[in-house]
Amino acid sequence: MVLAVADIAPRSQMGFSLGWHIVLACLGVGLPALVLFAEWRGLRTGDPVYRLLARRWARALGVLFAVGAVSGTILSFEMGQLWSGLMDHYGSVIGLPFAIEGFAFFIEAIFLGIYLYGWDRLSPRTHLLAGLPIVVAGVLSAFFVVTANAWMNSPQGFVERNGKVVAVDPWKAIFNKATWPETTHMLLAAIMVTGFVTASVYAVAMLRGRNDAYHRLGLRLALGLGALAAPVQVVVGDWAARYVAEDQPIKLAAMEGLFRTGSHADLSIGGVYLGDSLRGALHIPSGLSLLVHFNADGVITGLSTVPAALRPPVAIVHLAFDTMVGLGFGLLALGAWFGWTAWLRHRLPRTRWFLRAVAVSGLAAVVAMEAGWIVTEVGRQPWVVYGLLKTSAAVNPAPGVGWGLPVLLAVYALLTVVLVAVLRRMTRDIPVPVAPQEADAERYAVV
Amino acid sequence: MSAATLLLVVIWCSVTAYALLAGADFGAGIWDLLAGSGPDARRRRALMEHVIGPVWEANHVWLIFVLVLLWTCFPPVFSAVASTLWVPLMLVALGVIGRGAAFAFRKAVANRAFGVTFAVSSLVTPFFLGAMAGAIASDRVPPGIAAGAVLGSWLNPSSLLTGALAVSACAFLAAVYLTGDAHRAALHTGEPSKPATDDHPDVGWFRRRALASGVLTGALSLAGLLVTRADAPALYHGLTHRAWLLVVASAAAGLAALVLVAARRYLAARAAAGLAVAAIVWGWGIARYPQLLPGMPVDQAHALPATLHATAIAVAAGLVLLVPSLALLLALFQRDRA
Repeated sequence: MVLAVADIAPRSQMGFSLGWHIVLACLGVGLPALVLFAEWRGLRTGDPVYRLLARRWARALGVLFAVGAVSGTILSFEMGQLWSGLMDHYGSVIGLPFAIEGFAFFIEAIFLGIYLYGWDRLSPRTHLLAGLPIVVAGVLSAFFVVTANAWMNSPQGFVERNGKVVAVDPWKAIFNKATWPETTHMLLAAIMVTGFVTASVYAVAMLRGRNDAYHRLGLRLALGLGALAAPVQVVVGDWAARYVAEDQPIKLAAMEGLFRTGSHADLSIGGVYLGDSLRGALHIPSGLSLLVHFNADGVITGLSTVPAALRPPVAIVHLAFDTMVGLGFGLLALGAWFGWTAWLRHRLPRTRWFLRAVAVSGLAAVVAMEAGWIVTEVGRQPWVVYGLLKTSAAVNPAPGVGWGLPVLLAVYALLTVVLVAVLRRMTRDIPVPVAPQEADAERYAVV
Repeated sequence: MSAATLLLVVIWCSVTAYALLAGADFGAGIWDLLAGSGPDARRRRALMEHVIGPVWEANHVWLIFVLVLLWTCFPPVFSAVASTLWVPLMLVALGVIGRGAAFAFRKAVANRAFGVTFAVSSLVTPFFLGAMAGAIASDRVPPGIAAGAVLGSWLNPSSLLTGALAVSACAFLAAVYLTGDAHRAALHTGEPSKPATDDHPDVGWFRRRALASGVLTGALSLAGLLVTRADAPALYHGLTHRAWLLVVASAAAGLAALVLVAARRYLAARAAAGLAVAAIVWGWGIARYPQLLPGMPVDQAHALPATLHATAIAVAAGLVLLVPSLALLLALFQRDRA
């Protein structure tokens, strides 16, 4: 696939700002649930460690949510600034989920304000209840946004005549074939990212010698969340792959680096896709046919069935897919190790290798999630709306649009550095006492 | 009323809400920039931070809401505006990032750079949003993707004046709202021996700025009327004919707000100031209706009926949840700590 330079900048800008926002969006979905769980346990047990955890997590949530809200706004600008062709043509088909998401985001922002600023103004019970809408609205807003992406993979719910949309069923467009596997896969990814990223913060502190009740509990709660989601994600990931096999065979072929159509298709792990063939991969004979059709005779469509101009950049898609699956199974193993020891011995594994693994698990979860987005987005190319509208035809042709990319890269690089620095400073400004008392939790200022 | 017009009214109400609520948040940032230094300035900054802290994110969502409703219900308008005006939109984006992120960072970690970024972004964002409004209102955004001039569409007298007017109106709204907030804060923190809270230096500080920015906003509005006469005849005709009542109402409400601030009737002054700004927004809308873009009236710009109906239902259902939630938020934080 050959790209003009004018195409690369808007694609990169969208990919970059989306990839950046998704990390915060994941924390926006998962963290409220974690905070509320800790607050609820703190209320039930009266344990000040739970309550201090809830307050400190809520403080971080306040900063992360604000940055997520603004980076999400940028995406809505870019929909028109960069992809005017897409919005002009299909705005009326995919607009509705965004409008619903707008309401969900409203509810999220309103109750987050009440929750964060109301900590010392509301009764403990009311305060806990004020947090529930944040969790529900966070999940709903993620769901509806992802349905719009699902529609780009599986465009349905409209009739097109002479290049113009003449009839539309917006609900059918929202609940398209890709919707359930894709949204479920994404929501679980958000939970895994939240769990492993949060746990990794505590693992790093414990490796530095802070092996107290507060850090152990923080690690246990967060890792518990990630460990619960990981096995479910394996099943849902399989479901999502089956959807791709059925609806987007060329994307599946790119994920597996499969050139020729045929039965007994191998499952290929690793390797580099160069000049229409996958080199240096580990092949599991008939593995792909078995996984997709439960039958070695099952036929899998190869890349050769479409002209080269209609194939995605296979090398990237295959590498991203293997990265996602590999890291996903790694996280599953880590969660199993944690769960096994917790169940049998009621404690954390004692070896430092466990803490080291948890310390890198946050990064691994983020990379796996990003790789998954690369699979679905790059794997859909050259189409922005699968089979109907090419990405190159959707882009804003205004002069100078490409300058947005360097500006955005510079701003986001600065934002990343500052965000990390602020979060680190927040953990140090008010250090956690070795054994938190009632007063430590009560007096900790959330905002 | 057709579904398209109904949704256009919803969009315009959201624009108004954004102007009155988020506009005041930007205005607070502008006063933060101009607050100077020393213990008095620190206290005033703390008051502004205290007031906008719980609400700014919810207020910001009105902008997102306007964008998504616009692209759902009037896709060609959204794509024409965003593609032609991509440069000011990018500058608004930078302002949005700078304002929101720096505000959140400043709360978490005290640092002068965050304060400066927050304050400067609060000035830049409404300016370029205003410039975009001026570009649309003066018919410089034709239908079609990137069909207008990439620079000339927003670098012209109407756009620059509207940008300045937006900044001034934000500062005016914020100063009027904050005079009331400072008054209330003074009631609660003032020593019992000094009940005359209007003597509190913060109340006077905000009141003087409310009066000054009110006069400036009025002058810019008048100048705007003269500029549109030469630069945007269609808008001028609409403002002086069909929408004349709103123009007069805006001027009357603006004057009333000034009188009420001077008379220390802060709650009534808030309503009058809000009305003055809302009347400008609606004056523009009524003056140009049904034209959304030059040569593109509502009935040629709207999405397919099925989409409009589904969106109208979603909006109605959403409002049932949104309105009480929003009322709860605003009521909770306008009430004082027990």
